[in-house]
Amino acid sequence: MSHYRALQAEPVRFRGHNGDQGEAYYARPVASGKYPGIVVIHHLPGWDEWIMEVVRKLAHHGYAAISPHLYFREGTESPDDLGARVRAAGGVADAQVVGDVAGAMAFLRAQPNATGKIGVIGFCSGGRHTYLAACTLPGIDAAVDCWGGNVIVDDPKDLNEKRPVAPIDLTETLSCPLLGIFGNDDANPTADQVNRTEAVLKRLGKNYEFHRYNGAGHAFFNTARDAYRPEQALDGWKKVFAFFARYLAAAPSRVAAE
Amino acid sequence: MCSYIVEKAALVGSAKGRKGWMRIDTANVYFDHPYHSTLDHVLAIDFTNEGEGGRDRVAIELSADSARALVTRILAALASGEAAHAGPVSADAVAI
Repeated sequence: MSHYRALQAEPVRFRGHNGDQGEAYYARPVASGKYPGIVVIHHLPGWDEWIMEVVRKLAHHGYAAISPHLYFREGTESPDDLGARVRAAGGVADAQVVGDVAGAMAFLRAQPNATGKIGVIGFCSGGRHTYLAACTLPGIDAAVDCWGGNVIVDDPKDLNEKRPVAPIDLTETLSCPLLGIFGNDDANPTADQVNRTEAVLKRLGKNYEFHRYNGAGHAFFNTARDAYRPEQALDGWKKVFAFFARYLAAAPSRVAAE
Repeated sequence: MCSYIVEKAALVGSAKGRKGWMRIDTANVYFDHPYHSTLDHVLAIDFTNEGEGGRDRVAIELSADSARALVTRILAALASGEAAHAGPVSADAVAI
C-alpha cells in the first residue's frame, strides 16, 4: 500500500450546481506525479472535522480528494450552524447535490496532477448521494456507499420535491463498480434493506461488492462517535482502498521521507 | 438513522447565544446524528428566531434518556411554579 506522508490540504473554491461557487476541502500528495481523484460526500450533520480527516486519509493513500461543502449556499457561518439550517429546511435537493458532485469532479479533472480517473465515496446521507451520483453522472469510475440510508424508500410519502426518486429505482443506470459497506446493527439501512438493494444489483447484473459487519451499526468508521468500531473500521477501510486501487489504479508508491 | 425529520414548536421566549440575548420564536427538535456529541443519536433542539431569518441559534444535543428526564423536570417545574405563583405566598414557598 502506498503512503504519501507529505500532503497539501486546504479549502478551495469550486463551481457546483448551476455554476454556483462554493467552498470545498481539497487534499493531495505533495510529491509530483499524477493521482486519481476522489469526491467525498459528507454526512447530514455537515462538513465537519471528521470528513476533512477522511479527505486527508485518502490523500495519504495517494489520491487527490475533495469534499464539497454541500451547504455553502446557506451562508458563511460555521458548518454546524449551516447544517442545522439545512435540516430545518428539509435538507438539500438531490439534484443540487448531484450537481455539486459533478462540479467537484470537474475541479479534480482540471488539476494538473489528475490521472482522469474519478471515484466517489459518501457516508450516511452521503452514501445515498453516492448511489444517486453513480446512477446519474457520467464519468465516475468507482463509487463507495458507506451505510447510505433511504436508498430504498418503502413509503412513497417519504418522497418529496427535494428527494423525488428512490435511488434504488435508478439502479439500472448505475454505470460504475459499486462498493457497499454496512453495519448489521444499523437501523437505516437495515440488514434487510441492504439485502434488497443487493438483490436489485444482482438482478440487473451490476458490478458491485457488499461487505456487512457484525457488531457494528451506523457510522462505525467515525472516530468521533461512540459508534466507532476499530476492528470493523480497519477492515472496512482496507476494502475501500483495495476497491479504489482496483478501479482507479492509484499512482505507484512514492513514499516521501517522513 | 439518517433522516430529515424535524418537529417544529412555536415559542415565545428568549435565549442567550454567542451574540447575547435574542428573542426566539421556534424550536426545531429532532432525533438524529449529532454534530458535537459522541452519541450515535441525540435529541437536538435548535432555538431560533425564524421571524428574523433564523440565522442564529442556541443549540443543545441530549441523550434520549436525559431528554426524557428534562421533559419531566420542565413539567414538574411548571406545575410547582404555577401553583406557587397562583396562590398566596406561603411560608413554604418563601422558604424555597
